Amino acid sequence: MEAATSTPALKAKDYKSDINPIWCPGCGDFGVLAAMSKAAAYLQLPKERLAMVSGIGCSSRLPAYIDSYGFHGIHGRSLAIAAGLKAARPDLTVVVSGGDGDGFSIGGNHFLHACRRNMDLTYIVMDNEVYGMTKGQASPTTQPDWTRSKLTPRGTGVRRFQPTALALAAGASFIARGFTGDPSDLTRLIVQAIQHPGFAFLHVLSPCQTYQPEQKDWKHLVHPNAAEATDDPVEAARRIQMDDGMSLGLLYAQELPSWQPPHLSSATLPEIEAEFQL
Amino acid sequence: MLQESHTGQPPRLSIAITGSGGSGAVTTGSILLAAVARAGFYGLMTRSAGPQIRGGESAAMVRFGPTPVNAMDDRFDILVALDWLNISRFLDEIPLDGSSLILTDPAGGAVPPAILASGAQVVALPLKAMADAVAGGRLNMAALGAAGAMAGLPLAALEIEARATLGKKSASVADAAVACLQAGYAAAPGKPLVEIPGTERWNMSGNEASGLGALRGGIRFVAAYPITPATEMLEWLAPRLEKVGGGLLQAEDELASVNMIIGGSFGGVPSLTATSGPGLSLMMEGLGLAVASETPIVVANVMRGGPSTGIPTKSEQSDLNIALYGFHGDAPHLVLAATDIRDCVFTTQWAVRLAEHLQTVAIVLTDQALGQSRTICPPPAHFPEALPRLVAEVGDEPYRRYTLTESGVSPMALPGQAGGMYTADGLEHNPRGTPSSMAKDHLAQSEKRQRKLTDFDYGHYWAEISGAGPIALVTWGSATGAVVEAAERLTAAGQPTRAIALRLIAPLRHADLAQALAGAEAILVVEQNQGAQLFHYLHAEQALPAGARSLARPGPLPLRPGDIAAAALARPAASPNQEH
Repeated sequence: MEAATSTPALKAKDYKSDINPIWCPGCGDFGVLAAMSKAAAYLQLPKERLAMVSGIGCSSRLPAYIDSYGFHGIHGRSLAIAAGLKAARPDLTVVVSGGDGDGFSIGGNHFLHACRRNMDLTYIVMDNEVYGMTKGQASPTTQPDWTRSKLTPRGTGVRRFQPTALALAAGASFIARGFTGDPSDLTRLIVQAIQHPGFAFLHVLSPCQTYQPEQKDWKHLVHPNAAEATDDPVEAARRIQMDDGMSLGLLYAQELPSWQPPHLSSATLPEIEAEFQL
Repeated sequence: MLQESHTGQPPRLSIAITGSGGSGAVTTGSILLAAVARAGFYGLMTRSAGPQIRGGESAAMVRFGPTPVNAMDDRFDILVALDWLNISRFLDEIPLDGSSLILTDPAGGAVPPAILASGAQVVALPLKAMADAVAGGRLNMAALGAAGAMAGLPLAALEIEARATLGKKSASVADAAVACLQAGYAAAPGKPLVEIPGTERWNMSGNEASGLGALRGGIRFVAAYPITPATEMLEWLAPRLEKVGGGLLQAEDELASVNMIIGGSFGGVPSLTATSGPGLSLMMEGLGLAVASETPIVVANVMRGGPSTGIPTKSEQSDLNIALYGFHGDAPHLVLAATDIRDCVFTTQWAVRLAEHLQTVAIVLTDQALGQSRTICPPPAHFPEALPRLVAEVGDEPYRRYTLTESGVSPMALPGQAGGMYTADGLEHNPRGTPSSMAKDHLAQSEKRQRKLTDFDYGHYWAEISGAGPIALVTWGSATGAVVEAAERLTAAGQPTRAIALRLIAPLRHADLAQALAGAEAILVVEQNQGAQLFHYLHAEQALPAGARSLARPGPLPLRPGDIAAAALARPAASPNQEH
């Protein structure tokens, strides 16, 4: 084992792998990659004890671009893989990433139960209100009158999924929103989310230049939260109901019981087998 | 202490009871022998007496074990000395040694030096005081209780036989004897001083057995969603996993549970889920991810009547097709089936070891008829080989997670290993693990994932084969018991028959099966489903001759030995492939 004192401090670039992202030029997800590596450097996370887990979609490509352990799983199941990994290996820092379709549509049930299970995970959802990898279909967060997809030519006609409201209702203990156009604030939020002892949900507005070009205006629409973060779920619910979806910062944080297997080791296998003996 | 015999003899135990006239040594021995039989053993009692016609010193010597006993041993494990009068007359007949035990009451006098010279250990108990505390109590019954406890016999067996023998005198004599037995039994040292391995019998259900097999194989993380008839396996595992340092996560659905165990196994902890048909259907995409990312996992699938919700509470062997073919893409994996309740331990343990060693998915098929049934059986066999997961030795060279090796198995880095960082992926990848859509990478990785399973040496565990003869019955899973009995009946009736129960169904052991079927003139494939799923699989694998026939019928009615025997003797139909 190397002595900790002889290890030079890791810089943000040390957390980036040598694999080139496949993202389109100008994609918001580059901002998350940058903020994630800066946050890891700020926390000096040992790379071999960091695990990045994702599902399928543009944003789910993130793990391959971070020089750590990673699991690029299947569509919608990132939180399940992460829960199993954390249950088996509580010593690891587990960061989950994905998009709005992956997390709120096909993976919606896992999102609810990850919130209420409150395992010590960080969940970064890069929301661009569109399925980018399949070339531009409506997602749960797409505006109902968005008609640019051939799949829903008259728009979805369905009200948008409210990620922060759902997270609060399902029992998440940390809810925040970031914007890829504000990388230093986003870095700060990722640091806070990783430090939070429980399930930290970080909703990131991450514009899609290709299928949602109007989102380049987000930089004019976002604004900081009007007030400091609250630990009161009733107050948090009130703020979420009044939110225009563009407020940034930590909205709600509270320490709640976190599920984790106890890992007791109180008996040997022969002692357990003895119960079968006549 | 008696252990499994190194001479290949079954383990046995010898107890001598000595006492002066009127002490009841022979009566005590007779009750002991009867209790031994009631506990399920065979035994032999010899006796020795002095020259008096009546009332002299006597000795009863009992040897017992799991198989018939026809001779006394070279030595005794326990000497029960009811008193020491005239003991010298028996010295030569009761050889003791340093591992023998002497049960006696110091109030009856000191152990004679000639006895102590053997090196035997003395277990001193206040037997007389125990007997005196019971109205009409006798020391020999207190001694029998203590000796029975030391021998590991159940108290109930001693009580029943004492009543059977002494109740002839009067009820009060029997009551007193039982009270003394209980006092002696309770006073004996905490656990049996003498263990009799091999005479042991277990009472277990198939679901419990599968759970134990999982623990024996090394499973320490389980994630699962409740489903009939697999839930008892999970309920058995939940507290016991925690006791051995693991944990169980109740998932929100089967989509979650399969991916959770992939996460646990990626972290280096052997992981399993249990389910039944509908749950297995939901897991298929995740199972493909485990195959592609070469993450070892085990699925214990307890089959029930299907399709859809079907008959959740009753048995059917109809999930073979989905276990074999349910994956999209080319997804080589293991399919195993336990042949009886006891074998659920062995097959599940083996499946865990194989999945870990070969970094693949193992589906273990049992069914309601195994999972929710109970059996009294000998202790289940252990799978004897370690077959560990190959963990990468990471150094200065860049780590290549899916490097192409001769066996097809690539050593796996585990989180925490510096220098082993990689991203597991369901996307096709190159040897390093970087996603790749290139034809050469898909070819090489597909071939590797297949080769590591087909080239592995599975040994003789692939099937249970019994009997011999020109008739061959081929089967799997819970049908095995009825098939073996049918083969025995046919053989006894002059129609020699062999039975072959597949334990490893995929990958099929072609050469082994061909050898097991060599010389067979009539082949009948027996299974409990409508579609003749094993029969068609074996034909698709070109493992059966054209004349092979099928006996396939859906659950929940069990296949009966008589039906199977009759089908085996039926004349082959003109177009055998049509018959099932």
